[in-house]
Amino acid sequence: MEKFDTLSGIAAPMPLVNIDTDMIIPKVFLKTIKRSGLGVNLFDEMRYDRQGNEIADFVLNQPAYRDASILVAGDNFGCGSSREHAPWAIADFGIRCVISTSFADIFYNNCFKNGILPIVLPEDQRDALMKDAEKGANARIEVDLEAQTVTSSDGEVFTFDLDPFKKHCLMNGLDDIGLTMEKAASIDTFESQVSAERPWV
Amino acid sequence: MSPKTLYDKIWDAHVAHEAEDGTCLLYIDRHLVHEVTSPQAFEGLRMAGRKVRAPEKTIAVPDHNVPTTLDRANAETMTEDSRIQVEALDKNAKDFGIHYYPVSDVRQGIVHIVGPEQGWTLPGMTVVCGDSHTATHGAFGALAHGIGTSEVEHVLATQTLIQKKSKNMKVEITGHLRPGVTAKDITMSVIGATGTAGGTGYVIEYCGTAIEDLSMEGRMTVCNMAIEGGARAGLIAPDAKTFAYCKGRPHAPKGAEWEAAQAWWETLYSDDDAHWDKVVTLKGEDIAPSVTWGTSPEDVLPIDAVVPEPSSFEGGKVGAAQRSIDYMGLKPGQKLTDIEIDTVFIGSCTNGRIEDLRAAAEVLKGKKIAVKRAMVVPGSGLVRAQAEEEGLADIFKEAGFEWRMAGCSMCLAMNPDQLAEGERCASTSNRNFEGRQGYKGRTHLVSPGMAAAAAITGRLTDVRDLMA
Repeated sequence: MEKFDTLSGIAAPMPLVNIDTDMIIPKVFLKTIKRSGLGVNLFDEMRYDRQGNEIADFVLNQPAYRDASILVAGDNFGCGSSREHAPWAIADFGIRCVISTSFADIFYNNCFKNGILPIVLPEDQRDALMKDAEKGANARIEVDLEAQTVTSSDGEVFTFDLDPFKKHCLMNGLDDIGLTMEKAASIDTFESQVSAERPWV
Repeated sequence: MSPKTLYDKIWDAHVAHEAEDGTCLLYIDRHLVHEVTSPQAFEGLRMAGRKVRAPEKTIAVPDHNVPTTLDRANAETMTEDSRIQVEALDKNAKDFGIHYYPVSDVRQGIVHIVGPEQGWTLPGMTVVCGDSHTATHGAFGALAHGIGTSEVEHVLATQTLIQKKSKNMKVEITGHLRPGVTAKDITMSVIGATGTAGGTGYVIEYCGTAIEDLSMEGRMTVCNMAIEGGARAGLIAPDAKTFAYCKGRPHAPKGAEWEAAQAWWETLYSDDDAHWDKVVTLKGEDIAPSVTWGTSPEDVLPIDAVVPEPSSFEGGKVGAAQRSIDYMGLKPGQKLTDIEIDTVFIGSCTNGRIEDLRAAAEVLKGKKIAVKRAMVVPGSGLVRAQAEEEGLADIFKEAGFEWRMAGCSMCLAMNPDQLAEGERCASTSNRNFEGRQGYKGRTHLVSPGMAAAAAITGRLTDVRDLMA
């Protein structure tokens, strides 16, 4: 997994609340057996018409935001389906950080498996960054994972909370499975203990 | 010992390792797998040369993509990309030695219906699946939730998940439901009260007399939509109904093992003075047959209400409500019972069980549909067989419904069962998101009885008006 340390980039504003994973990547694109190549279909039904032409006023089609690497979003981003195709599509497009007041649980966890940093901020701070993002390509937002800060284009600094283990894995690009396998002895012990206590499992 | 919630007890019984910062390895008792969210996980195992750690606890069934037409045994009825996914699951199940119910097996169906039906899901277990509606299994007092594909791979390889504990939320439904009101109306009303993010960070335990009154099928419907309220999982404490449902199922314990299991299951309840981080209480008598008007499950109202004014909401929800109303082609102030329907879908992991089909058939008996298209997609091959035996299939067919084979079908429209642009569906499924049932399709979530009522009248209808 790609490491995350700092990010400086254009932020695209998506103020809509409850952006669900069906919007992020519609089901027709779930019929893949690969993880790659989904960026072109990110927000497909909002981004293209039925003939495949870009819808000009959709944020990621606007010249200022075509190279966005940060998304500032409305409340409860990523709700709905557990599809990891959603963070795959976001990462494949080139977005490495999403900022909102809240994220759906499964989506939030999925981000960390794919080198994406989801940042939760209070509403007033998210709104300030939304306004900043609305300024377009000249307004670059900076994210520092080590320091746990987001800096607006005006130099205003916001700090965010993050689980230390998730931070450690993201900063070092660590593979969860490898880490867990190091604890195989604990799993073995637990398994044999439980198979005695609850043999029906 | 300090008092514990049901969630605390199941959690404590599954911690295989705890780090100093509270990050745990939670042991997983049952891993359910379907064709859409697993191919990349199996591929990851192959690339790393890893095995499935506990194939005997891993159960796979294709459901999302599979056609539901009667001729589906012919693989040509599937689109090529769907066929590739189903064939990948066939191969992965065989290569890694996991339990498998192929499309040709009468036990095939929606993974969340097959698990309980076959006795894989039991009280006190941890159950995961690469599907958000895994919450369904919480009806048994099992800690069950959806995971992403990376976590599917993690569970396949290690039989554990890296987890931190969620907070405890109690949702109590007091009193009793009125006639014509169902488990679906409970779960939608709870989301209406708490919002789609109201449960974020929590595991919900549903309790109260109105929950105790429900059958296991109804309890599964309630827990199924816990995820639509943002909760990690929904739980209901196991009781005599739970034990009766499980007993004799193919993979349930037997004999002395059953006795030992039941003795443990009987300890699985929240202690009287357990701590709750949040409590929500609804009166059963206040819950009405409900319907969604917008494009989020929180956009729910009693059937006798009207489409709301966007300005009646606050903050970001004002714009979202306007967008929903535009997408749905409605007008503020319009009576919900004046909304005309052209399609009815009865099925899904929310409402595709035998009790759901009975409830719909009860309303439909001797009536004809007044909609363009109506379909019943049983949740499993066994539900389908039972419905045929009980004569329900004949009632549906005589009313004008299509009687389909089991699968997820129009709940998420990954197979050919889709709405066309602008079509409007009364659906017993769980999500009314934009495009969920087909590009620009419009979804109104309802209970099975309400779906049947809409099929008969051609508009959203209060099922109580059709009850004798």
